[in-house]
Amino acid sequence: MLAGEMGEAKRWAIDHQIKVGRAFDAEDLVPVSQAHMMADPESVGEAGVAFMERLADSGARVAIPMITDPRGVDLNYYSPLGQTEEMADLDRRTIAACARMGILMTNTCINYQTIMPPVLGDHVAYGDTGVVIYSNSVCGARSNFEGGPSALAAGLTGRTPRYGLHLDENRRGTRRYVVQQQPRELTDWGVLGAVIGRLAGTYWEVPVIEGIEKVPTSDELKHMGAAMASYGSTPLFHIIGITPEASTLRDVAADNLATREITAADLDALRSNFGRKGDTIDVVVFGAPQLSLVEMQMVADLIAGKTVVKPLLVCTSPQVYADATRMKFVETIEEAGGKVLEGTCFYNQYAREIGEANGWTRLLSNSAKIVNILGGYGYEPALASMEACVASAIAGEIV
Amino acid sequence: MIEFKCHVGVGPIVEGTALVANDNFSARYDLDRLKGIFSRPQHALAGQSYKDRILVLNTAKGGVASAWMLYEMKSRGIAPRAILFNAANTILIQGAAHADMTMCDRFEDGDVTQLFRTGDQLRVDPEAGIVVILNRS
Repeated sequence: MLAGEMGEAKRWAIDHQIKVGRAFDAEDLVPVSQAHMMADPESVGEAGVAFMERLADSGARVAIPMITDPRGVDLNYYSPLGQTEEMADLDRRTIAACARMGILMTNTCINYQTIMPPVLGDHVAYGDTGVVIYSNSVCGARSNFEGGPSALAAGLTGRTPRYGLHLDENRRGTRRYVVQQQPRELTDWGVLGAVIGRLAGTYWEVPVIEGIEKVPTSDELKHMGAAMASYGSTPLFHIIGITPEASTLRDVAADNLATREITAADLDALRSNFGRKGDTIDVVVFGAPQLSLVEMQMVADLIAGKTVVKPLLVCTSPQVYADATRMKFVETIEEAGGKVLEGTCFYNQYAREIGEANGWTRLLSNSAKIVNILGGYGYEPALASMEACVASAIAGEIV
Repeated sequence: MIEFKCHVGVGPIVEGTALVANDNFSARYDLDRLKGIFSRPQHALAGQSYKDRILVLNTAKGGVASAWMLYEMKSRGIAPRAILFNAANTILIQGAAHADMTMCDRFEDGDVTQLFRTGDQLRVDPEAGIVVILNRS
């Protein structure tokens, strides 16, 4: 492969994997069952798209099932957002290049809810930090954060360097947290994840969580994990008695691992960075992660028969979008003045340019992840529950 | 010259001027990549240019996007010359490998944000895992 006898694409891929593997002391490569690539045009850029086109031109073809993260442009709705033809063309070129390589354009960061969830012990090469932390923690799969080029390399070779979360020793808990205040709704779970992520602090720490009094839903764990990964670069957590590798504390950590309590004050302190009642808002966004069908129903139920006075955007996957259309959730949301975007996620669809084009600064969301990201994109993000977000879009200010 | 040992990294041997902060790094969260400056208001280097500097920071945080972004930044010539971390995450190492950008971490002599000062002239040899201070600021 490295000699180029299997084509230029595989030569590039294995060369890339050897370089990365050396930096992490990988002894060999491990076969992976799936790859998942972030390749939105804002992050890929002209250079990355041209790179993928060159690979496709050389005859590259993925060796395993390979899927994609959300796109940067909803090709059925981009001009109204202030996105340009240039942005759309970059996305079209990316899609064309990926399709030629046999990549499945799933355009989702909730593949573990909608496509083919990995199973316990399943080695995969996933991009999107939210996908990785959920798959590692909740499914018991084994993946590092695979950036776009590395996910593509894994798709082409069918393997990835064996380091990090592919190894037993790096899946042991290193930090222990006891939750004192039970999360109630999705944003609470996101805030809890954000606090733990911020405390854990690096990719190489594995939080062990105790004190959760009920079995969380997939959506609750989705929000917690996505926020934890966003604030802490955290790829794995264990919840004792709930996640599959941690039936007991001893399964994942020593009994004497020091504990840190997560108090109401910790949670309030994080929230205090993101808006307060009475603040004006320019736009309300649901996404990061994309909404499940259950969340789509929740938004539709909250907004049915009402009218928003501020723009309200809802980002979901193409798979959920089809069902949500059939079940008239999309129609309900859009009749109220909202807009459902298909196969995108707000923060990776040129959020800075969209904000400037529309004069949006004060953005309200129920996603602890997105409010963390958008501060760097010129926004003053605010955080509230889904119910409060919908009510705020109707009222025109945070309620 | 003062020499420090680190783990084997990625990218070519480079020389340049250090820009140091006890803060973290995400290409998506922290940067205005068109202007080449740190844009997140809360970042310790907010408003400062990273172009052609050797960034010295604590760790990498956040998203997968940084991997493609390093390649894109390098292609436009508005990129750091190298990045030194206490602990890189997988994304940044992968991105640097693809972009052919120099990156090292895991220094043997302690906190990298204390070992180097802004303005130090550095030489980074990732293959050998050695960083040398050529001129102290």
